[in-house]
This record gives sequence, C-alpha cells and structure tokens, in this order.
Amino acid sequence: MTYHFDFGAVLVYWPALLHGVLITLELTGFGAVLGVGLGIVCAYIRLGGPRPLRFIIGVYVEMIRNTPFLVQLFFIFFGLPALGLSLSAIAAAILATVINLGAYSTEIIRAGIEGTPAGQTEAGASLGLTKFESFRHIILKPALARIWPALSAQIIIVMLGTAICSQIAVQELTYAASFIQSRSFRAFEAYFVVTALYLALAILLRQTLRLGGKFLFPWERSR
Amino acid sequence: MMAFSTWDIIRNLLLATRWTIALSLAAFIGGGLLGFLILVLRIIPSRAAGLAARAYIEIFQGTPLLMQLFLAFFAPALFGMNVPAWVAAFCALTAWSAAFLAEIWRGCVQAVPLGQWEAGASLGLSYAAQLRHIVLPQALRLAIAPTVGFMVQVVKGTALTSIIGFVELSKAGSIITNATFAPFTVYGCVALIYFALCWPISFGSRWLEGKLNVAHHAH
Repeated sequence: MTYHFDFGAVLVYWPALLHGVLITLELTGFGAVLGVGLGIVCAYIRLGGPRPLRFIIGVYVEMIRNTPFLVQLFFIFFGLPALGLSLSAIAAAILATVINLGAYSTEIIRAGIEGTPAGQTEAGASLGLTKFESFRHIILKPALARIWPALSAQIIIVMLGTAICSQIAVQELTYAASFIQSRSFRAFEAYFVVTALYLALAILLRQTLRLGGKFLFPWERSR
Repeated sequence: MMAFSTWDIIRNLLLATRWTIALSLAAFIGGGLLGFLILVLRIIPSRAAGLAARAYIEIFQGTPLLMQLFLAFFAPALFGMNVPAWVAAFCALTAWSAAFLAEIWRGCVQAVPLGQWEAGASLGLSYAAQLRHIVLPQALRLAIAPTVGFMVQVVKGTALTSIIGFVELSKAGSIITNATFAPFTVYGCVALIYFALCWPISFGSRWLEGKLNVAHHAH
C-alpha cells in the first residue's frame, strides 16, 4: 500500500494559514513586549523592593516556571470565570502568554542585573542620578544587552508555545492546521506544512531579534 | 448522578499523575540516549555528521512540541498503522528532549578547555580515548545541573500529550472538569501537583549548580 501525498489539498487553504500566522505573530508580539515589560518591573522589585513584594514575585516566578503552559492557559480560560473574570479566548491567550514570559524574563533579567558590577551603580550615584535613572541607564541597559540572547531564545520558545492556544479555540496557526485537516482529511500534510511554517517563523524571529539587539545595543560586539 | 468531593478530585488526579511520572521518566531516558548519540555526531570532526546533528537540533528546537506530537500521531497512519497515543507521546517527547539535551551537553563539552584535548593528544590518545577519558568526565560534571533542570521541561512537556488523547494529569483534569463543572478547583489542583513534581527538581538543579560550580571555580 502506498500513500500519495497531496500538499495541494492543504495549500489551497492558504488564507486560513495566513490568518493563523498573523494571530500567532499577534500573540507573540503582545506576549513579548508586555511579558518582557512585566519581567523588568518584577526584576526591579525583586532586587530592591519591599520584602513582602519580593516574596510574592518569587512565588509567582516559581509557580509559573514549574507548571505547564497548557494548565496555566486552562486555569485562566476555564477557571477564572468562577471568580467572575470571563475573558475571550484571545484575551485569555494573551494574558497567559504575558504571565508566562513575565516569569521567565524576570529570572533572566535578574541574572543579568546581578552580573552588573557594583561599581557601576556607585558610579551612577556619584554622577547624581536618581535611583530610577541609575536603574534605567546604568543597570538595566547593559543587563539587557548581556542577556539579550537568552531573552531572544525564551521569546522563541514562547512563540512555539502559542501553538497550545489552539486548545481554547484561538484561531492561530495550529488551529488553522486542525481546521484544514478536518476539511481536507489530509492530517499529515496539514501538520507538516504548519510545522514547516513554524520553523520558518522561528528562524525569522531569531534573525529579527538578533538585528534588534544590534540596533538597541550597538556597543555589544560579540554576536 | 455521582457527586465528586474534593478528595475524589485529588485522588483521581493523583492516580493520573502516575502516568505523567512514567512518561516523563521514559522520555527523559530515551531522550538522554538519543541526545548522547546526537551530541557525538555534533562534536566528532566530520562535516556531514555535524551538519546532520545541527539540522536535527534546529528542526526539533524550532518547531512546537505539539506539532511533533501531531506528526508522530498521524504519520504512522500513512503506512496503515495505528499507534496508540502513548507510543506517539513517547516517540515525540524522546525526539524533542534529545535535541535539547544534545545542545545542553554540547555547551558543556565546549566549556572544557581546548588544552585538555591537546594534552590527551600529546599523550598519544586516540580521538575516542580523549573524548572518553578526558573530556566527557569533565563535561559530565558541568552537565549535571542543567540536565536535571531540563527534566522540569520534560515533565511540563508531558502535559501536551493530553491533546493527542494520552490520559495523564492534564487530561484527567479536563475529564474531571467535564464531570464536576469545577474548573477552578480542578485546574488549581492540577497546577499544584505539577508544581509539587517540578519544584523539587528545579530546586535540586539550582542546589547542584551552586555546589558543583563552587568546586569548579576552586580549581
């Protein structure tokens, strides 16, 4: 018995694929910007904030990093309405992505900040910068430059992780694959094409982040 | 109509947790063996082997685990075979873990100074003997902490196998939610059980890292 591959039957659904790619990028974009923002705030508090807040952020980071994204997503989408907080699928997906990346980037950014020599902060203080200015220009920027590769890798992991959002019917790329296979009965071809698209997106995103790093931190030469 | 008490929910979830643990261990061991093979291909001085290993790592790290699971589940059907969900889950998780472990271990091998290889060569050791007796024992020490840390990713990765129908902790959570209409409690418990599995591993990894790094710096 031989199987005849028919990728044409999948590719005719290109508008669904394109729509899926756009939603995946939307989730990744919101997740990356807001998630890294959340990570910066949490890392700032974790390093110099009041003790109870530091503890809460520690619990948040450990909870998220030690539970699967799928369960976090289900908890937000199915569980939170019990507390009166009903979200649309896409809003729940974005929220889950932001919370997830927020926890990872807190740890990554914190490691970058802890690697900053104490002399730099002292230099900032001696220039008369306020605590916030010193954090922003002297601590955060070099720290971000240093951990940019790690942060980029995490953003790509999050992008691949958004595939799971199809499970709450967010119409991203994986959802498009399921839709196409239910129409064309070409399950293997549909998932193969979408897997290839994810690989292309991952490579594209990595290059974009690398260029972004060069633009944001032109003094870092080692990449 | 049967009523579910909180204890019933927790008991059923804990029963399903056995499958999460079994699949995690199997995939971790399988991934370790395959990962070691890929590591060797990646570091031996052969262009073709290195290219193949890099392509493998790129593909499995650059695509979602969920897609790998779907493909492992649907591909055998092309040849008229129907694989049970647990077989597809094991194969996909193994292939996926292997890519990450190979890459983690490559970093550890590269962290061993070049002089160590050269010292081995100057003693007249063959390439295999240098790798086996000089480089790998040192790399192994560096590899322990991140390898243990990766096990957390494997445990969390098993949650995705619920999507292709393997009944483990997450799937049990969905099934019980459909029976009890108490998603908040059920998914809360599911999350806590995952946390109870993963947090000690994370903690152990960090502890090992501190312990082994201190020794490493002291040299």
